[in-house]
Amino acid sequence: MSKPRISIRGLSKRFDDHVVLQDLNLDIMPGESMVVIGQSGIGKSVLIKCILGLLKPDAGEIFVDGENWLEFSEDEQLAHMQRIGMLFQGSALFDSLPVWKNVAFALLQRGTDEAKARARAAEVLAWVGLPGIEEKMPVELSGGMMKRVGFARAICHRPDMIFFDEPTTGIDPIMADVINRLIRRLHREFKTTLLSITHDLTSAAKIGDTIAMLYQGSIHRQITPEQLHSDQDPVLRQFVEGRAEGPIQQEGNEEIMRDTQT
Amino acid sequence: MNLLQRIGYYTEQVLLRTGQYAAMFGKVVHRMASPPWYPRLILQQAEEVGVQSLPVVLLTALFTGMVLALQSYIVFHRFAAESMIGAVVSLSMVRELGPVLVALMVAGRVGSSFAAELGTMRVSEQIDALWTLSTDPLRYLVMPRLIAAVLMLPLLVIVADFLGIMGGYAISVGMLDQNPAVYIEKSTQFMELDDMYSGLIKAVFFGMLISVIGCTEGFHCRGGAEGVGRATTNAVVIACMSILVSDYFLTAWMFG
Repeated sequence: MSKPRISIRGLSKRFDDHVVLQDLNLDIMPGESMVVIGQSGIGKSVLIKCILGLLKPDAGEIFVDGENWLEFSEDEQLAHMQRIGMLFQGSALFDSLPVWKNVAFALLQRGTDEAKARARAAEVLAWVGLPGIEEKMPVELSGGMMKRVGFARAICHRPDMIFFDEPTTGIDPIMADVINRLIRRLHREFKTTLLSITHDLTSAAKIGDTIAMLYQGSIHRQITPEQLHSDQDPVLRQFVEGRAEGPIQQEGNEEIMRDTQT
Repeated sequence: MNLLQRIGYYTEQVLLRTGQYAAMFGKVVHRMASPPWYPRLILQQAEEVGVQSLPVVLLTALFTGMVLALQSYIVFHRFAAESMIGAVVSLSMVRELGPVLVALMVAGRVGSSFAAELGTMRVSEQIDALWTLSTDPLRYLVMPRLIAAVLMLPLLVIVADFLGIMGGYAISVGMLDQNPAVYIEKSTQFMELDDMYSGLIKAVFFGMLISVIGCTEGFHCRGGAEGVGRATTNAVVIACMSILVSDYFLTAWMFG
């Protein structure tokens, strides 16, 4: 059996008194598409930011191909970022750069010849279904186009791990399906290891090989997309069915439920 | 909060912020020792800090020189010492008003824009995106701004000093009927190289303050649009206060 590409052990992170992640363990195999689901504010983005080195965890270890990334210096972490692509929730395109420079940013920073970087940007833009927009500025793009440009930027430098932070949030269902299909296609064609975080269950079922539910700071349950609607775990059931009643309690839930019952 | 708690709170805030600025400065200076240095970004920022600030700096310096000439004429006229207007205007501009006024103008124009740009990039995750694209945000965003501000402030001060003295000349000769040769002679007679150097040293220091404070406020910005607004205000207010306070200590150190 092959070793995990990403192995997270005992990860904990708190902000002041608020515990976000507590003793979280998760393995992602090479070429696997892992989706982490959970309520808003449960710590999904914090998990990705810890892996990327954008947040420093309070405890735990993050192994990538057997190397503990938390032991790396800042420069070593930066160098290892070349292996990673990331699609941010709000796309995070650089406002001051045209689309092609956004997409080819990592290549240009590595000193790739401008003509080659431009050609590669055009190639990946065509791959995400946006040919001919190289010279446009991010402000001229719609939300769906920005997501796809962000997608193109995440894959342009051919990373072997790609992270998606809420890839379908803030776009219409049709565009969401386009993004889901692109993720599947990427996974199928390049066998890239993917980690997506979302609360969109339709998306999770479409893009994941494995779905992990984050609850109370750790991975509560791991299932396949086929088990998503049949699994009887009460926490997972409540989340899948979208009920306010159940073991998952959010601040103010009880009051609202009382008010709406009377 | 009682008075003592309030004093304690503000002291803590001042120390925390000073620590943040010092840490930012140290990290950026450390990065200057090795490539990449992004010369194109430094030039872009130099254009933003220097060329784009010229109109506001020129206007401020010109009118300050003119007011100085008028004010000193009113006083010197009582002692029949009008010939000293040139000396007062030039020394005041070069030693004090040139660097301080230029720094205050640049703090308002550039410090705020540094904080707003970086703050917007922070809240829209563009700074995080830089990191994930193997690019060090401090090196890419802060270092060019710091270098540009430190290089351009002294140049702006030289231009402002000259314009201020010329403003004084215009009022002195054109309006107050003073002898132009005497104005120029007195302007240069009392000025020493140390006066010039002290103004330029102050300019370098103020350039560093403006860029470090503006960038730190933007870089550590939190809380969406409101946070960006707060960072921008803080950048201008703190930079202006720091310029005035440090000006006293720099003057005391250099002429003490």
